[in-house]
Amino acid sequence: MAKTHYQLIILGGGPAGLTAGLYAARARLDHLLIEKGATGGQVLNTHWIDNYPGFPEGISGFDLMEKMAAQAKRFEMNSIMNDAVKVELPEKAAKIIHLDDGSRLTCDSLIICTGAHANNAGVPGEDRFLGKGVSYCGTCDGPFFRNLDVAVIGGGNTAVQEAEYLTKFARKVILIHRRDSLRAAKVVQEKALANPNIEFIWNSRVTAICGDKEVEAVEVTATDGQVSRRPVQGVFVFIGITPNNAGLPLDRLRADVGGFIPVDTECRTCVPGVMAAGDICAKKVRQIVNACGEGAVAVLSAESYLATLEHTS
Amino acid sequence: MASDKVKHISDADFAAVISSAQPCLVDFWAPWCGPCKALGPVIDEVADHFAGKAVIAKMNVDDNPVTPGKFGIRAIPTMILFKNGQLINQITGATAKAQIIDLVNKAL
Ligand SMILES: Cc1cc2nc3c(=O)[nH]c(=O)nc-3n(C[C@H](O)[C@H](O)[C@H](O)COP(=O)(O)OP(=O)(O)OC[C@H]3O[C@@H](n4cnc5c(N)ncnc54)[C@H](O)[C@@H]3O)c2cc1C
Repeated sequence: MAKTHYQLIILGGGPAGLTAGLYAARARLDHLLIEKGATGGQVLNTHWIDNYPGFPEGISGFDLMEKMAAQAKRFEMNSIMNDAVKVELPEKAAKIIHLDDGSRLTCDSLIICTGAHANNAGVPGEDRFLGKGVSYCGTCDGPFFRNLDVAVIGGGNTAVQEAEYLTKFARKVILIHRRDSLRAAKVVQEKALANPNIEFIWNSRVTAICGDKEVEAVEVTATDGQVSRRPVQGVFVFIGITPNNAGLPLDRLRADVGGFIPVDTECRTCVPGVMAAGDICAKKVRQIVNACGEGAVAVLSAESYLATLEHTS
Repeated sequence: MASDKVKHISDADFAAVISSAQPCLVDFWAPWCGPCKALGPVIDEVADHFAGKAVIAKMNVDDNPVTPGKFGIRAIPTMILFKNGQLINQITGATAKAQIIDLVNKAL
């Protein structure tokens, strides 16, 4: 019979999960990492990472994640490709993970690293033009917009960085932000504000994405109510993230209103033996470097928890 | 390990491949697209899953501009499912293995 019980299960194979996998493998814990699709998580969606230490020239998102996976594999991290569709956390017994193929695994301790995904803009036309001009990934889709004009929605780090990247392809990038200043890191802002191919539209929201078969324009509504139409062939949406928490017992984990999971400084949730790390946690800073840090901390907390089980059993 | 069950197709043999009576899933990808490359192992597992039952194919959009243009592809990875040459369904973005398997299953 196939093995169905583990000391530790890690959900998700982004930066947090892969670091947890590395630490678990090196600790020789009886572990399993479950990733539903592409290993690497959200980092895959970005062309270049300039703020993860150890890479003085920066590194591509794909290369960084491939290296993280390879490093964990070197220590025999055990992983499978499967979607954890439901998690049950019984009061006394082992934690239960239901997989999409109908099978069931159990574990003594669990680390949730399921991360997050991009928010939709929630405007008319967005769904209809998905893949036909609407995008959430500059590195995937930028090259389809060579010598065309595109709009970027958002004003945080991701939006401004991706706007800058898109100028490699697009003739013009129009960044539309609902406030009158950017939230991105200062170096990121300076570069973008000095880029002649980025036009900024402040205090405005995109209220519709228009076109016939493909995107032809965005409707922009300013805070003062004025409506205008800007011709663009592409719209890139970077306005924050939503946690990947489907199937998690959110009440039991006391998730916040946004669906993020609160943890203490040791990455422990309110349920004994359940840790969380990375973007799924209720916290302010969501970066690769702290996702990795939390992944490591979570494994050390899992080890402490497992040690208490040995004492009582 | 890359699966030998994934068929690498081009503009030239596209029409012949999708005209198959078996469902045919085409994954449009490019070497500069991180999520596309990371989806590679997922497509490999899907191909192993459907060996003999469905055709799982990949097309590099850099080397083959005609077909992606014909389908108005402006985002990758995009997976299009065909049967008897007809477009049945389409998904854009990195997708879970189970979801891809589901899509193909419905066309079997
Ligand atoms: C475009 C973009 C640019 C960015 N740029 C930077 C940057 O320059 N520097 C920086 O530090 N940060 C950057 N970030 C943020 C950074 O990517 C995240 O903080 C980081 O990826 C969080 O890691 P994580 O492991 O918590 O989650 P994720 O990266 O979201 O990974 C979670 C993984 O879990 C898997 N998963 C989810 N649910 C399940 C389930 N039920 N079963 C199995 N698997 C599941 C997902 O498929 C995914 O692979 C950027 C983000 C984006 C979107």
